[in-house]
Amino acid sequence: MTGAWSLFLFAAFVDNMPLTLFLGLCTFLALSKRPASAIGLGVAMTGVLGVTVPLNHLIYSGLLAPGAWTWAGYPELDLSYLTLIAFIGVIAATVQLLEMLLDRFFPAVHAAFGVFLPLLTVQCAILAGSLFMVERSYTLAQSVVYGLGSGVGFAVAVVMLGAIRTRLAYADLPAGLRGLGIAFVLAGLMSLGFASFTQMAAAQ
Amino acid sequence: MAERIDFWSTLTAPLIRQNPVTLQILGICSALAVTTSLATALTMSVSLTVVLTLSAGIISVIRRHIPDTIRLIVQIVIVASLVIVISEVLKAYFAEISRALSVYVGLITTNCLVLGRTEAYARHHAPLPAIVDAFGNGLGYSLVLIVIGACRELFGKGELFGLQVLPLAEAGGWFTPLSLMLLAPSAFFLLGGLVWAIRSVRPEQAEAPEHIPPARAEPAE
Repeated sequence: MTGAWSLFLFAAFVDNMPLTLFLGLCTFLALSKRPASAIGLGVAMTGVLGVTVPLNHLIYSGLLAPGAWTWAGYPELDLSYLTLIAFIGVIAATVQLLEMLLDRFFPAVHAAFGVFLPLLTVQCAILAGSLFMVERSYTLAQSVVYGLGSGVGFAVAVVMLGAIRTRLAYADLPAGLRGLGIAFVLAGLMSLGFASFTQMAAAQ
Repeated sequence: MAERIDFWSTLTAPLIRQNPVTLQILGICSALAVTTSLATALTMSVSLTVVLTLSAGIISVIRRHIPDTIRLIVQIVIVASLVIVISEVLKAYFAEISRALSVYVGLITTNCLVLGRTEAYARHHAPLPAIVDAFGNGLGYSLVLIVIGACRELFGKGELFGLQVLPLAEAGGWFTPLSLMLLAPSAFFLLGGLVWAIRSVRPEQAEAPEHIPPARAEPAE
């Protein structure tokens, strides 16, 4: 169990998607203006990452990996160059399905998410989660943990940034730095903080 | 064509005035991740510009045949196919750079810049202006990447394109490399500074304050 827990912590803090790996920054910066929308985005990210990474793991190991078609008599077949297109299809379908399910059964939750759900199709962090899963060859259980962990890490980061940006109301910034400029600087400072997690992981 | 489209301004507007990275908040992820050295930044810029231009052209050609409801899927499949081609070419001819870029080439697929431009421009315009617009945006993106890549490599390692430019202190020179420049935070700081610089030159880009402090509970002085 310690293996799963440490992978979770690794995915959430050491390999933090927006702050260490620069993934999903577009939504990270665009939707962190208010903590409320930041929380919505964080929850949606965790859900979608937790579903798509294991799903893509099944598809990759069952259909695309070199040698996956051995049972059908094609041991030579290597479809791994189709990875990208398969993954993005799965992600788009999952997001669409999630949206329809929420709309049907939990209309209140769906209304709260609003525009974030469709946006997640083109979220680089989600595709990257699946690509890293392939690159590091996680098992199915590990990929569930990794997906959830990186989603939680993203949520923590985006809520923190949202909260700090609200506080900027009390800061008198130069006009050119307002908005996007200061958001970058803040993200840089947070990234410095998260870099310490990398050091802690390296020291162990 | 009824309206005459000014190609020159379509091409040059995204360079600074409408820069995709610093103003439209598009394609930031890859802009930061691959800029530790000038060579990877340049490869990434070229790949992105090629993908962006081609996908804008293709989508603009078939724009009247794409049903509105499934257009996102159609667009993303076109982009993903182009990205696969680029990534295979890089693997075949530039294996080392391809390894350095890791998953970020694949992530061009979900680069919001590509989908943003096809969605906002190529879908409503004829192929030629769409291609010009995409190429201009690609150049604007490349400009940012190259500036940041050059800064980080120069101050982080004292090199440009892997050639020693500033003599290092440990090799008898005077320059002590600033290793912070090679880490994640510096990319944020540099980009923030770049945004600030551009907006100081062009004050019309400055944003209004995001939050107004609440007026309540102000103690009388």
